[in-house]
Amino acid sequence: MSEQSDYSRRALLRHIGISIGMGVAGGGVLTAQDVQHVHQAVQEEKAAQKGPYQPKGLTPHEFATLERLSDYIIPADEHSPGAVAANAAEFIDFLCSASDEMKEIYTGGLGWLDWEVRHRGDGADFLSAPAGKQTALLDSIAGPDAAPADLQPGVRFFDWARKMVVDAFYTSPIGIRDLGYRGNTALAEFHVPQEAIDYALKRSPFA
Amino acid sequence: MMFGMPQIVRKSQVFDVVVIGSGAGGGTAVKVLTDRGLQVALLEAGPTLNPAHDFKEHVWPYQVDHRGAGAHAELYFGRQQWNYFAAPVGYWEIPDEPYTVAPGNQFRWFRSRILGGRTNHYGRISLRFSDYDFQPEDGLSDPWPVTYAEMAPWYDKAEGFIGVTGTKEGLRTAPDGNFLPSISPRVHEVLIQKSCGKLGIPCIPSRMAMLTRSINGRAACHYCGQCGRGCITASAFSSSQAMVFPAMKTGKLTVFNGAMARELIADDTGKVNAVSYVDKATRTEQQVRCRAVVVAASACESARLLLNSKSPRFPNGIANGSGAVGRYLTDSVGYGLSGYVPALAGLPRHNSDGIDGMHVYVPWWLYDDKRKDFPRGYHIELGGGFHMPMLGSFHGVCAQYKGYGRKLRDHIREEYGASVYFAGRGEMIPNKDSYCDIDPQRTDAWGIPVLRFHFQWSDNEIRQVRHMHQTFASIVETMGGRAYGSAPDPKTAGISTGGTIIHEAGTVRMGNDPSQSVLNKYCQSHEVSNLFVCDAAPFVSQPDKNVTLSIVAFAWRASEYLAEEMRKGNV
Repeated sequence: MSEQSDYSRRALLRHIGISIGMGVAGGGVLTAQDVQHVHQAVQEEKAAQKGPYQPKGLTPHEFATLERLSDYIIPADEHSPGAVAANAAEFIDFLCSASDEMKEIYTGGLGWLDWEVRHRGDGADFLSAPAGKQTALLDSIAGPDAAPADLQPGVRFFDWARKMVVDAFYTSPIGIRDLGYRGNTALAEFHVPQEAIDYALKRSPFA
Repeated sequence: MMFGMPQIVRKSQVFDVVVIGSGAGGGTAVKVLTDRGLQVALLEAGPTLNPAHDFKEHVWPYQVDHRGAGAHAELYFGRQQWNYFAAPVGYWEIPDEPYTVAPGNQFRWFRSRILGGRTNHYGRISLRFSDYDFQPEDGLSDPWPVTYAEMAPWYDKAEGFIGVTGTKEGLRTAPDGNFLPSISPRVHEVLIQKSCGKLGIPCIPSRMAMLTRSINGRAACHYCGQCGRGCITASAFSSSQAMVFPAMKTGKLTVFNGAMARELIADDTGKVNAVSYVDKATRTEQQVRCRAVVVAASACESARLLLNSKSPRFPNGIANGSGAVGRYLTDSVGYGLSGYVPALAGLPRHNSDGIDGMHVYVPWWLYDDKRKDFPRGYHIELGGGFHMPMLGSFHGVCAQYKGYGRKLRDHIREEYGASVYFAGRGEMIPNKDSYCDIDPQRTDAWGIPVLRFHFQWSDNEIRQVRHMHQTFASIVETMGGRAYGSAPDPKTAGISTGGTIIHEAGTVRMGNDPSQSVLNKYCQSHEVSNLFVCDAAPFVSQPDKNVTLSIVAFAWRASEYLAEEMRKGNV
């Protein structure tokens, strides 16, 4: 059953890839029905899985490193859980399995992180380095200030990881709740709460 | 017969009218002509539309594995032509359907290939042209063969049918219409109104084709703000749902999908008696016979069809004795600026979806100003509010603050809903360097010669865009905010690439003088009495008011005229 669903999902993805490649319709041309099929197939696949998530595009070691990285980028705070609970790494792994170009960015970037840790003598790889050394490395590639030339591959990779972990988190149910987005619903009437208008006016030059 | 030549399939039925294109113009023609009892054939180059399957209204990003990135993560590599969740719309580049751009020119041509065309996704901003748009007082472009007074009743009909929100304001630059109730401004829009008030700029309820009240059997809006995804309840206007589907139910309309018009075929008397098209699915040439034809394939596609319809009688293309077909090409002038407004930081959360796009807007306000250094004007469209978070929603915050962890989270939380956006849409004056013609060397996948674009902005438009930048920056600063990004390149001033605002017009223009224009005041060819053009191609100029409402008004008037002429036996 699980094999069959995996096969049909792959077949569907291949089919979708072909229709886009032919330019019959280009990006966004996928019918809602196709999306539903893919979505259902993946849900079934997930439900059939026992135990921890099995990465599709990355190796288990790469996936574990990415998950740790996502925890640094969007940690849990007093408002809500963070990127790990929102399965941000799974979204990125999924796209790595769907795009060789994406996969290269992540395998390359995660490999660079491990190499840099060894180079600094901080451990065998990023995961095994002490927490303080991990953040010291991230601080050197993630900050607003220009990093030295030999750290540029890390800077470039962290830009990718940051924006995609942020994407994954804030488009998840946890992230949407955290932001407080209240829409995507049907209303009989549209109205704006007076207290929101008052809040903004009070803080504006028009107070 | 040439050996190996595929057979041309001629259909036996003779339709009263063949309509080419199913967008705002073609949809209107189909509705009016079938209402008048005529038998109509509709040629649409794309597939049919099934809103229940094709619209992604109300889908959350996490309900799709790639969350909108595309099956191969196209969004992240800049290869996605359109938002994944958008209604099926069309594309800048279509592999089977190339176009070319002359060296030293820039132009991008958007084509919609779906029943309903661009009306499935357009912004639905619905503005009447002003009296001075039809009869320019500055002499910089030619007058139209109609006046505002002649068009006003047709605008009334168009608004009454599609449904347009608005309020009576009495402004010459934004004539009042037959309006549905307006919708209350969102918090950022209240601030923008205050800011504009201080600067002496009008900021009035927007005029949008969304139903704040149920009309014509279409349900009232449910305020999910997702009109651009396609509206399953048809509360946001689209020609597919509001015009073509109802016309199909009358039994008077036959729709041919995947039908790429190749040529208008004229008989010995010089009238069109058939339309030749390629059935894309079988790559066979078909002909559908008719008593009259309405070309509404979008401004440039309509010009292409006329130019490609050559015969000994019409060596420069049908109806093109004037040589004006393809000339006078314009697009709206576009410029955008966004800014951060601290007064909105940490705004109490609420549902601000409303109708997609703006609830208030700025109509042109300096018509009588003699000091400005550019002719004509622009209107300002506004954005902001709490949107459904999507991939890319916070890329700007990431790029600005860098870092990671709790600080990044706090920045995102604080800035969510605290940005505003301004988009100027201005008038381009037709110029001799902006036109399309047939590329002598290339064809599309069906052997139809393709268009070649020539397009240049003039200093008029560049100076206008500089004015937009100053205005937007002062509006955001007056409300205590600051513009994002750096000042635009002084040479281009950040002006949009021609074609990218998707308001092409002028390529089959109307006029009273047959030596200077292609169509008369009813959008009827001067030379071929049963040939009408009903998109933005007939428009003599590109007023600072988006073209769709006027396309509907002109197409309605032309179609009533055509039906009446056919009844009288004149066509």
